[in-house]
Amino acid sequence: MPAVYITGAGMVSAIGFSVKETLLALREQRTGIAPITLFDTKLKHLPAGEVKCSDEELFRRADMHPGRDVCSRTALLGLVAAQEAMRMSQSKVDKQRISLVSATTTGGMRFHEKNAHTILAGTVEKKYIELLDCADAAQKIAGYFGISNNVTTVSTACSSSANAIIVGARMIKTGIADKVLVGGADALTRFALNGFNSLEILSPGGCMPFDAHRNGISLGEGAAYLVLEAAAVAKPENILCRLSGYANTNEAYHQTASSPYGEGAVHAIRKALDTAGLPAAGISYINAHGTGTVINDLSEGRAIETVFGATVPPVSSTKGYTGHTLAAAGAAEAIISILAIQHRLLFPNLRFTTQMPELSFLPQTALEENVPVNHVLSNSFGFGGSNAALIFSRP
Amino acid sequence: MEKTALVEQLKAQIIEALLLEDLTPGDIDPAAPLFVEGLGLDSIDALELILLLEKQYGIRVEDPKERRDALQSVNAMADYILSHQ
Amino acid sequence: MHAYLTSTGLISPQRTFENDFSCGLETEGMPILPAIEPNYKGLINPVQLRRMSRILKLGIGAAQLCINNAGGQQPDAIIVGTGLACVNDLELFLKSIIETGEQGLSSIPFINSLHNTVAAQVARTLKIQTYNNTHCHRGASFENALLDALMLLHEKEHRQVLVGGIDEFSMHYYNLLTPKVVTGEGAGFFLLSDSPAGKNSVEIPAVRTYYAPEEDFIARFLEEHNMPLHHLDAVLLGINGNPGDDAIYCRLIDNFFPPSCQLITYKHLCGEYHTSSAFALALAAHSIAAGAFPAPAVFRPGTAAKPQKVLLYNHYQNCNHTLMLAVARQPIKN
Repeated sequence: MPAVYITGAGMVSAIGFSVKETLLALREQRTGIAPITLFDTKLKHLPAGEVKCSDEELFRRADMHPGRDVCSRTALLGLVAAQEAMRMSQSKVDKQRISLVSATTTGGMRFHEKNAHTILAGTVEKKYIELLDCADAAQKIAGYFGISNNVTTVSTACSSSANAIIVGARMIKTGIADKVLVGGADALTRFALNGFNSLEILSPGGCMPFDAHRNGISLGEGAAYLVLEAAAVAKPENILCRLSGYANTNEAYHQTASSPYGEGAVHAIRKALDTAGLPAAGISYINAHGTGTVINDLSEGRAIETVFGATVPPVSSTKGYTGHTLAAAGAAEAIISILAIQHRLLFPNLRFTTQMPELSFLPQTALEENVPVNHVLSNSFGFGGSNAALIFSRP
Repeated sequence: MEKTALVEQLKAQIIEALLLEDLTPGDIDPAAPLFVEGLGLDSIDALELILLLEKQYGIRVEDPKERRDALQSVNAMADYILSHQ
Repeated sequence: MHAYLTSTGLISPQRTFENDFSCGLETEGMPILPAIEPNYKGLINPVQLRRMSRILKLGIGAAQLCINNAGGQQPDAIIVGTGLACVNDLELFLKSIIETGEQGLSSIPFINSLHNTVAAQVARTLKIQTYNNTHCHRGASFENALLDALMLLHEKEHRQVLVGGIDEFSMHYYNLLTPKVVTGEGAGFFLLSDSPAGKNSVEIPAVRTYYAPEEDFIARFLEEHNMPLHHLDAVLLGINGNPGDDAIYCRLIDNFFPPSCQLITYKHLCGEYHTSSAFALALAAHSIAAGAFPAPAVFRPGTAAKPQKVLLYNHYQNCNHTLMLAVARQPIKN
């Protein structure tokens, strides 16, 4: 495939307000999963990766004005991350050749929960009603940067921003854009907490991906955006990484659960390797979806064994740091994958104690430095069988 | 409540909770497995049945193995309720 | 980049589910235009029907109609555009959170509230394990999904893409639009192919979406796709009855589109909703194949005997603007 370069990255999550702060937290093996303090919920006993910053403070960080701008928390998080990514990427590209592919699942739900009574009664002001849908963050980001062409929002549950990255890469590949800002944002909501809780898959003590005693997800919030550029416009000194492979597949198996042997995941990983033109042995590190649920980690672990056989490369899930940031997760983990390549690092799983009896491999348990990391596979799997796999490579 | 009456009540409650609009209580064999075979229910239905036990009978089943046993069939559900009330 | 539209399945406030595009149903004075739905029992597996909310029935029903109209041709990718997706299930779950105080919640409305539920359930129904995506971007949702489909065909990895636009009536949206605009709903699915099927195929050479575009974006779009203004036989405009929204179309009618060009409107037939462009595209495709637009849709007649080159332009609150081209595969001399 024609080269797609990453020339900018921006991220905000429970472990930092920038890519630099994210790297520091990962190096220090510091989790952002903690008790919920910024909004009211009966589910405070379930810790989460909250961005410890009020909406008012986020307005300031996002270069917005609470009096003038009507912005959801999701949009504010998105603006903070998108601004960092765009600052990093210095290329001059014709306005007609720039696009935006954003992702979200909960959109402005946080605002709606706060004002639920007026909204359900139909007495809320019209300018606020519109905050509920998915497009708010993308419209605010497009407005901020003056992006006009093919601005869209992808929503495929937990694989949303991985799929946004794929759509953006394909815009470059098919020649309809030279530069695409891609990523996703989601604010933590009572809606998502209660939704995952009704499925009984939230962890009471913090997620433990790939552990025999794993007991569920820790939700998180945040945003992550990347700048993708065609070879013709990317300045060599700005290139962080190359997106070498990708796959979007659907398991078509169950409304929420993945199949026990992860056929859908196998399909996605093999297809991504195929687009990258890489053998399985070429992968240096796998940033797993690894949510910490009984079903996902077993299914994903078996899928990894199926593809990689007896020589499984180092695997970890970084959701123990950030929590599961839903639509931001794919892009956040893409940035973590890029950091692994740039800084020659392998990030360990947090809170790991006991190997899963069903799997032959252990996740990475210690920080390793000065490791040659050349190709990283990043998995993202969503409800509805929406599977995505991305491969990042040293440029 | 006597078991036969409880079984009949459960069938009606299951039809309502799982939106099995096309079925009547007479269509459900109380001895048949509820999942995969029999009614062909799935994991989302299982959560609804756990919720049913909690809301209608005040019984909370936590342990996964106990859940599997309690939701084996309508008869099993009735036995579980009778032994936990 | 181009694709051939080989089949449609449309459930709308007109009797389109029977492939009747005469658009003759009276809609005057109705504040809401509800979709006229087929009997789903013949279209959807009863086991699946059980947990389906209405939007899922609309979506899977329309997708199945489209596949049936294509003689059972299976797609190898599924893409859905939806402005508000399963907003009624979303509100149902939000309500239950508030009413129960976050206790003893059923997971079904939560699962059904996810924005990719329709695309995922269509994939499960048709057992399609390849590309699956959902675009949720207000008035540009369907067009963004269509663009995604055109890219897939251009990349040559997929040959038959099922793309849909779907939104159902919700109080949420009704409150946003009333009192000025009639709210509608609908589900339109299209099978796009990399090669034409039969003589009535309609080609989609281009689609583009814009956020707050510059003045001359329509002229630039036509120029980029080698479509001189005077070659257009018909233009479909998203006139919706709201003077603020319609002023933008009126300026174009007065100053841009030539008098030879037939003007078509459709929102009085299907109502306003985020993906009403799917209704417009189905109407355009059927009318190109039939050689004429139905009388209730004609706003101003043009000079062409048969519509063969058609532009579709819609905007959502002067913020999201979208353009699509639909042309007869082999223009026949008038």
